Amino acid sequence: MGPLPELLAIDGIMIVVAAWFAIGLVGIAALHDFRLVGRVLFPLSAVLSIAISGLALYALPGAPQTAVLAIGLPDLPFHLRLDALSAFFLALLGLASAGISVFAGGYFRQGEGTPPGLLCLHYHLFLAAMAMVMLADDAYAFMVTWEVMALSSYFLVTTNHRIAEIRRAGFLYILVAHVGAIAILLCFGVLQANTGDYTFANMRAQSLSPFWASCAFLLALFGFGAKAGLLPLHVWLPEAHPAAPSPVSALMSGVMLKTAIYGLVRVNFDLLGSPLWWWGVVALVVGLATALFGVVFAAAQVDMKRLLAYSSIENIGLIVVGLGLAIVFAAYRMHSLAALALVASLYHCVNHALFKSLLFLGTGSVLHATQERNLGKLGGLMRYMPWVAWTSLVGVIASAGLPPSNGFVSEWLLLQGFLFTGELPNPYLRMLVPVFAAGVVLVAALAGYVMVKFFGVIFLGRPREEKLASAHDAGGLERLGLLWLTAGCVLLGLFPVAVIEVIDPITYALVGRGLAQSGRAGDWLLLAPVSAERASYSPLLFLVVIATVVLLAFVLVRRFYHGRVRRAAPWDCGFPMQTARMQDTAEGFGQPIRQIFEPFYLMKRELPSPFDAAPRYKVTVEDPLWGWVYLRIAAVTEALSRWVGMLQRGRISIYLLYSFLTLVTLLLFTQA
Amino acid sequence: MNLEGFLAQLLAVAAALAGAPLLSGWVNQCRAWLQNRRAPPITMPFRTLHKLFWKESVIAHDASPIFRVTPYIVFGCMLLACLIIPTLSTNLPLAPAADAIALVGLFGVARLFISLAAMDIGTSFGTLGARREMLVGFLAEPAFLMVVFTASLISSSTSLATTVSTLGHREFAILPSLAFAGLAFTMVSLAENARVPVDNPATHLELTMIHEALILEYSGRHLALIEWAASLKLFAYSCAGFAIFFPWGIAEASDSVAFLWALPALAAKLAVGGFALALIETILAKMRIFRVPEFLATAFLLGVLAILVHLLLGA
Repeated sequence: MGPLPELLAIDGIMIVVAAWFAIGLVGIAALHDFRLVGRVLFPLSAVLSIAISGLALYALPGAPQTAVLAIGLPDLPFHLRLDALSAFFLALLGLASAGISVFAGGYFRQGEGTPPGLLCLHYHLFLAAMAMVMLADDAYAFMVTWEVMALSSYFLVTTNHRIAEIRRAGFLYILVAHVGAIAILLCFGVLQANTGDYTFANMRAQSLSPFWASCAFLLALFGFGAKAGLLPLHVWLPEAHPAAPSPVSALMSGVMLKTAIYGLVRVNFDLLGSPLWWWGVVALVVGLATALFGVVFAAAQVDMKRLLAYSSIENIGLIVVGLGLAIVFAAYRMHSLAALALVASLYHCVNHALFKSLLFLGTGSVLHATQERNLGKLGGLMRYMPWVAWTSLVGVIASAGLPPSNGFVSEWLLLQGFLFTGELPNPYLRMLVPVFAAGVVLVAALAGYVMVKFFGVIFLGRPREEKLASAHDAGGLERLGLLWLTAGCVLLGLFPVAVIEVIDPITYALVGRGLAQSGRAGDWLLLAPVSAERASYSPLLFLVVIATVVLLAFVLVRRFYHGRVRRAAPWDCGFPMQTARMQDTAEGFGQPIRQIFEPFYLMKRELPSPFDAAPRYKVTVEDPLWGWVYLRIAAVTEALSRWVGMLQRGRISIYLLYSFLTLVTLLLFTQA
Repeated sequence: MNLEGFLAQLLAVAAALAGAPLLSGWVNQCRAWLQNRRAPPITMPFRTLHKLFWKESVIAHDASPIFRVTPYIVFGCMLLACLIIPTLSTNLPLAPAADAIALVGLFGVARLFISLAAMDIGTSFGTLGARREMLVGFLAEPAFLMVVFTASLISSSTSLATTVSTLGHREFAILPSLAFAGLAFTMVSLAENARVPVDNPATHLELTMIHEALILEYSGRHLALIEWAASLKLFAYSCAGFAIFFPWGIAEASDSVAFLWALPALAAKLAVGGFALALIETILAKMRIFRVPEFLATAFLLGVLAILVHLLLGA
């Protein structure tokens, strides 16, 4: 017997994927056994998630590893490859899904449509497919796993399939996903440049003419944009996320959207070679429009999961802005700056994966405890659900992009990237890019508004409904999941230098430069992407100073004065008839934004007349793009199909005539 | 960290803690004089703080821990802001912890917490205050960042200490970009510090107040900390303005003689700035709340213009 073959990280990852698949199959065997699925299978899957992120992080700095998996069609095996970029996104998948899976173990309950075992199968197929998308090294493997991912997530979205609205949301999702998949397929078709070889290695070797390269770029932006939720293909997000169970929303928003970002980075920086500068501008424009649109709509939402869905659109927009900036810099061969912008984007990917999963899971616990998604019927939950509230607070601070959280680090890096655009050789770009920076800043500030609304209306104030007083806190497994993600947010916020060192091999591979050399400045504490003179930020020092001041103030006030407290009724300017209904509703809190950004919305107001005995005020906010784009496409499609439908006469003689005419035409054709 | 830097940092803390209430007192004094009233003594804010610290804190039954920790967090944020802005000297060991962008984020953290605390009790005025504060905040923050960007582009650094030493060494000339940025900065500071024409610090008329509505439920030591933090914020904004637009007189690292001059220079600048603030507050009227977005959008656009002017004219 020869020596055992050495096991590479990629083999380990494939074993984990297979184990996920096996867990799904066990789930099918135990279709209705809640205890087994929830207490054993999901926690086990979380352990596998940690294993996959460990393996990926271990493999990240190393050389790319490849494997060939002989499944699928004959002579067309799956080519797999684990390089720094795949490893990074696999680590992201593992970190986020570990928390989500543990939470899911405590979350899924009896009587919610799909039986638990089937749900377990869909869930793990989804996880396995996402991992395989990131490993795929040929278009065939990529598209197959991409489709498995779309289908399994479709079944997860429609878990509560007895509700018509949810089926509709699921249909919209699968429709947009497939339109996107067609574009991706075409993009790979362009990239292989008539060689007939669909491996990524071949695509890397081809050098396309600028026209075809631009075609590939635009197709990739469209195709992956549909998955990521870029404007105007974002419509499925605010429908699918509220429809799906919360752990599924978390997985889709936190991880699945990132597979689209992975695809964009893979195509633009790896397969396409040297980019053109205007691609970056297109990405900047689309990204900024998406971000602004997402955040403005998030501010107007009254459904908490819909609010988070729009917030995801905003974050994806910011990530694409970072990619656009990286493309611009890369096109002008300013490689260190391209690395800076790329790091900002990738960093934001992990951040968003963690904090958005955390917030979605928080809404899941709230939903279970109260059966309410409407913000206007929540409130005061901090008292009844302290675990969920405090962990959500961390997510809220991160999502608002405030120091010392992780959300701020990526925002800071992105803004630093913008500050270097003065060195661009193109004068028009030099003028244009600061305007984008201004837009990004506006989006970041608005995100703060949205997050105060989200947290304040759900967790603070007084309960707006009586039944909220019986709300219960999250269970043990749910708490564990929330804590895992919270810890991730905090650590990523406090130790940015370590994270950037992890990202470094990716930027070396993609744009040829890294940040860690300059970013270190000889100090693990201080993040300084260019030089300490130029800019620096140290979240740990930042937090320590604030904590010291807080403690000192706390102690000194008690030392020199006193710490007495008296509990009393709220003062509220002495108004005695205060009720919980007098607090701002979600509509009320979003009203200033609706007024300022009125042209963005399609708003319908129903105002009561002064003589109404029972006055009702109603305002609905809708997405104008639905009417401008989708309904028009639908109308055109319908008109076309009606036109084509004229052929359909329902009489056999006419169909025979068609056959005859076709035959004659073909004969004429072959004659000539 | 050397001894000199440590001393400079300590002096900056002392200057901020003592100077901030004095600045508020001075502004109140000037405003009283301009309005033909008898002025309270300049140390009045200290007496108010002392009085408030002695009183007991009355807290609503429903208040969550967020309500109680917020005053400390806000105070901590504002003090950190005063520590990283070069007030007396650019030799600050803590300055690398946060650059100008992080400074804007720091004010954002304070705003987030105070808004959440205002929503915590669940009164109608509290949520009204939180909503308005966030409205002012989300408009003012980008405008402030645009100002910061202009200064950073000129000095090619977002570190405030580097900005001060770069701008302090240039010849005296009114750069058009800095002029635009200065105007934007003034408007933002008025809004962020709850001053006329955006908010009136002296009113308790319920329907018009912003800052006062936020802190309506606070009393005793919590209120004292918030009031102190508010004056620290005014001090921080003033010093940030001086650092960017009038950096003369701030001591360089390892320049002990200049350090002696820094304190009188700062006092003189604050005296003039405080008087200007009182003048603005006297001659302007408070605007309607929905005029505020226009006011701040103007500041934002001025900030963007400042950047464009710098990039186009290189000035």
